[in-house]
Amino acid sequence: MALPLLAAIVVALLGLGVVGAVAPPRKNLVHGGCAGFSAVGAVLSLGLLLAPGAATMSVPIGLPGMSMHLAVDSLSAIFLLLLFVTASAAAIFALDAHGDEETRALPFFPVFIGAMALSLLAADSFSLLFGFELMSLSSWAMVLYRHTEETSRDAGLLYLGMAAFSAACLIPAFGLLSTGLSGDIDLRFAALRALPPEGWRAVFVLVLVVLGAGAKAGLVPLHVWLPLAHPAAPSHVSALMSGAMTKVALYVIIRVLFDLCGPAQPLWWGFPLLVMGAASAVLGALRANMESDLKSVLAASTVENVGFIAIGIGLALIARGADLSSLAALALAGALLHALTHGVFKTLLFLGAGAAQHGGGSRVLQRLGGLVHRMPITTLCMIVGCVGLAALPPGPGFASEWLLFQAVLAAPRIGGLGLQTMMAVLAALMALAAALGAAAAVRLLGVAFLGRPRTPRVAAAEEARAPARWAMLGLAGLCGVLGLFPGLALGLIEPALRLLVRADLSRQIGPLTVQPAADMPGYGAPMIAALLLVAGGAAFLAIRRWAVPGHRRGPAWACGFAAPPAWLPFGDPVTQYGGASFAQPLRRALGTALLAARERVDMPRPGETRPARFSVTARDPADAFLSAPIGWTREKLVDIADSMQFLTIRRLLSVMFVVLVLFLAVVAGIEAS
Amino acid sequence: MIFFSALLAQLLHVALMLAAAPVLIGAIRLVKARLLGRRGPPLLQPWRDIFRLLRKQPVLADGASIVFRAAPFVSLAATAAAAALVPSFALGMALGPVSDLLVIAGLLGLARGATALAGMDVGTAFGGIGSSREMTFSVYAEPAFLLVIFTLTLLAGSTNLDVIATLLHDGALGLRASLGLVLVALLTVALAENGRIPVDNPATHLELTMVHEAMVLEYSGRDLALIEAGTALKLLVWLSLIAAIFTPIGVAPSFALLAWPLGVASWIVKISLLALALAAFETSIAKMRVFRVPEFLGIALLLGLLAAVFLFVSTGIV
Repeated sequence: MALPLLAAIVVALLGLGVVGAVAPPRKNLVHGGCAGFSAVGAVLSLGLLLAPGAATMSVPIGLPGMSMHLAVDSLSAIFLLLLFVTASAAAIFALDAHGDEETRALPFFPVFIGAMALSLLAADSFSLLFGFELMSLSSWAMVLYRHTEETSRDAGLLYLGMAAFSAACLIPAFGLLSTGLSGDIDLRFAALRALPPEGWRAVFVLVLVVLGAGAKAGLVPLHVWLPLAHPAAPSHVSALMSGAMTKVALYVIIRVLFDLCGPAQPLWWGFPLLVMGAASAVLGALRANMESDLKSVLAASTVENVGFIAIGIGLALIARGADLSSLAALALAGALLHALTHGVFKTLLFLGAGAAQHGGGSRVLQRLGGLVHRMPITTLCMIVGCVGLAALPPGPGFASEWLLFQAVLAAPRIGGLGLQTMMAVLAALMALAAALGAAAAVRLLGVAFLGRPRTPRVAAAEEARAPARWAMLGLAGLCGVLGLFPGLALGLIEPALRLLVRADLSRQIGPLTVQPAADMPGYGAPMIAALLLVAGGAAFLAIRRWAVPGHRRGPAWACGFAAPPAWLPFGDPVTQYGGASFAQPLRRALGTALLAARERVDMPRPGETRPARFSVTARDPADAFLSAPIGWTREKLVDIADSMQFLTIRRLLSVMFVVLVLFLAVVAGIEAS
Repeated sequence: MIFFSALLAQLLHVALMLAAAPVLIGAIRLVKARLLGRRGPPLLQPWRDIFRLLRKQPVLADGASIVFRAAPFVSLAATAAAAALVPSFALGMALGPVSDLLVIAGLLGLARGATALAGMDVGTAFGGIGSSREMTFSVYAEPAFLLVIFTLTLLAGSTNLDVIATLLHDGALGLRASLGLVLVALLTVALAENGRIPVDNPATHLELTMVHEAMVLEYSGRDLALIEAGTALKLLVWLSLIAAIFTPIGVAPSFALLAWPLGVASWIVKISLLALALAAFETSIAKMRVFRVPEFLGIALLLGLLAAVFLFVSTGIV
C-alpha cells in the first residue's frame, strides 16, 4: 500500500519540476508542494519502519522491453525517512527564499528530491542508475544558479566531471553484477541477488562501487569537489546535498556490498572503505578548521562525517567476513545512526548558515560576528546543530560515534596483530577527527555568531522570517529527540540490521540505554541528560539562593585595553579573533604536514612605505596527487591527438589499417570463445 | 537495600567531590609555595575565594550575550556530571551502570566547549587566543586519551569505568607492562587537560602565556566563582580517575557500609599523594612553548599505542 503512494510522490515531485519551469515562477506552489509531498513521504516511510515488510511493484516504462521495478525494505525505508524529513524542512525553509537568482533553481529542486527518492526506491539497476544520474544532473544545475560568478562555474565544471566519473564507475559495476546470468538480461535486484559475483568479478564490483558511489559521497581522495560544489548551491539545496545526497551514495554502497553481493565475501572487503573513511574523517575535520566560508566549513565537515559512516560500513564488512555478526551489527548500527543524525543536524546547520547569510549579508566568517544579538533563534538552532557537529553528549552525534567507537574497541577480537594495531591507530584517528570536529564547531559558532560584529551590515542583521524559523526549530527539536533517545532511532534501524547482517540487536537497545552487548553497561543518554539538568539546576538555584542578584555592564576588560574610539562604536573588529587566527595553531602543527599549509610574511624594509602582507596558502593532498596527474595526462593525450592530425596521408592510411586488423582480431577472439 | 546503599554512596560521593575540589587546589598551592620557600595561602583559601566571589555582582562586558552568562552553568554542570560518574571511595554506586569512559570524556569536552564559546563571546583578543589554544590542545590530547581507553577496554572488555575499576580492584587483570605505559600517557593527558605546567600555567599573570585563564578573563563575581569551582572539580575528576584505575587499594564496595570509612581515608591519601606529586613536578619544570605541546602529547599518543600493541603481543588474543 505504501509503495504505490511513494511512487506517486516521486511522480508528483517530478511533475512539480515541470510546474517550476513554467513562466511566471510559482515559488510558493513548488516549495509548498515539495514540503507537503515530502511530509507525506516521511509519514509513509516511518510507517514502513514501524511495521517492517518488503513490497515490490513494477512500472511498465523504462528501457525497451523491460519495465522499471520499485521496492522498499527496511534499509531503503531508513534513507527514505531521512530524505523526506530533511527535504520537507528544506522546502519549508525555501518558502522564505528571495531574489531572482534562487528562482533559477526552482524547476530542479523538486526533481532533485524525486530523483533521490527514485534511486532509494529502485529495485533494478536501470532505475537506480537513472535516479542517481538524475539526482546528479539536477543538483549540478542548482550548483550553477549563480553562473555569472567564476567560482560557481568552476565548481559546476568540477562537479560535472566528478558526476561523470561516478557514472563511469557505477554503470560498469552494475553491468558486472548482472553478467554471468544465463539467457535474457535481467536487471532486477532479485535476479542479481540470486547469483552474487565471485572472484575477480567481485573485486571489480567492489572497486567500482567504492569509487563511483564514494566520489558522490565525498570520500577522500575523491572529495575535492565537495567543499566547492556544496556551498555554491542555494542554502536549502546545499542542505539537501550534504544531508541527503551523500547518504543516497552511501545507501548505494550498502545496498551493493551487503545485499546484492551476498554474504559470502572475504574479510578484506572492508579495508578500502575503512582506510578511505579514516582519511576522510581526519582530512575533512582538519579542512573544516581551515575554511573561511561558513558553508565551506560545513561542507568540509560533511567529508568528515561521511568518513565516520564509511568506517562503520567497512568495519561491518570486516566483521561479517570474520563471521562476527553481532560486531557487524554494532558497526553498521553506528554507521546508519550516524547517517540519520548527521543528515538531520547538517541540514539544520546549512539552513542556519543560509539564514545567517541572508540576515548578515555574507557567509564569509571574517565578515560576520555577533549574530547572537540580532538573530537569537538562528543562533540557538546553530548551537544545537554544532553540539551534534562536535559529537558531545547528550547531543545528536554522540550516540552514533559512541557506537562506532565501541565497534572499533571490540574489533581486535577478530585477531591478527596487523589488524589489531590497525584498530588502535583507527581509534586514535577517530578521536583526532572528533576533537577536530569540536574545534571546528567552536570556531564556527565563536567567529560567526558570537563576538562583536565585523561589518555594519552584520550589526543590523535581521532574524529569519517565520517559515524559515519554523523549519530550523523543527529540525533542532528533532536533533534533541535523536540526542536524548538514540534507542528509539536504533529501534527503527534494527530491522535493517536483521536484514543485512542477520543479527539481533533488540536486547541491546532500549529507550533508556544503548549497550554494546546484551549484558554489558552502555550509554544512557536520558540519564546523562537528567544528570546535567540536575547539576545545572542545582547550580542555578544555589546562585539564586546564596549569591547576590543582578549584574552590571561595563566595557570589556581585555587586560586593560583602551576604550574604542568614537568612530568605531564596537571597537575595531579586527582586534578580536577571526577564523584564520583561531585556526593558526592547528594550521601550523597539522596543516603544514597534511594540507601543505604555508605562511608567507612580506615585511617591508625600514623606510619603505608599502604595507606588510601576510598570506596563507594551503593545498589539499588529493589536489596534488589526483588532480595534477589527471591534468598532466590530459595534456599528454591532447599532444598525441594533435600530432595525429599532421601525419602524412600514407601514415594515416597505415594507422587505419592497423586499427582495422586489431579490431578484427578482437572480434575473432570473442567469436572463438 | 543494596540499591539504597548504592544511592547513598553516590550522594556521599558527589558531596565529597564538591567539597574536596577547592581544598585540593588549596593544598597544591600550599605545597608549591612551601617548596618555593614561601609561607603560602591557607588550605581553605579557594573556598574563601569562592564565597567572597559569590557575594559580588558580576560586571558583564558590553558585548556579552546569553552564551556568556549560561556558559559557567553548562561548564560546571558537565564537570559535576563527570564527577558523579568517576568513583572515589566506593565502587558499584547508583550511577555505575552509566559511568562510561567515553561519556566522561564527552562530558569534559562539553565543559571545555562551553568555556571556549564564552571566551569567544565578548570579542576580545585574549578570549580568542585562549579558546583557540584550548581547543587545539584538546585535539592533541583526545587521541592519546582514547588509546588509553582502548587499552583499558582490551583488558576489561568494557568501556565502563565501574567495571574496569572493579576488575582492577579484584586483581583479575594482574600487573601488566601496558598498565605502566597507560599510566604515563594518562598523566600526560591529565596535565594538558587541566592546563597545568608544562602545558599551561594556572597561576600566570603574563597575558601571552595564558590559555585557560585567558578564556575566562572577562568573568567576575559569582560567575567567576562557578568557573573556579568547575576548574577545581575538573582537576579532582582527573586525579580520582587516575586513582581509581591505577591504585585500586582500599576502595569499598558500595553495599559494605562498614568499609566506607576506610575507602574515604584511602581516597584522601591517594589524592593527597597525587597532589603532592603534581606540586613537586610543577615546581621542578618550566612551562613549554605552545607549539611544543604537540610533541609533549605526541609522546602520550605513542605510549598509548605501545601499550595497546604490547597487550596484543602479550595476550592470547593474537
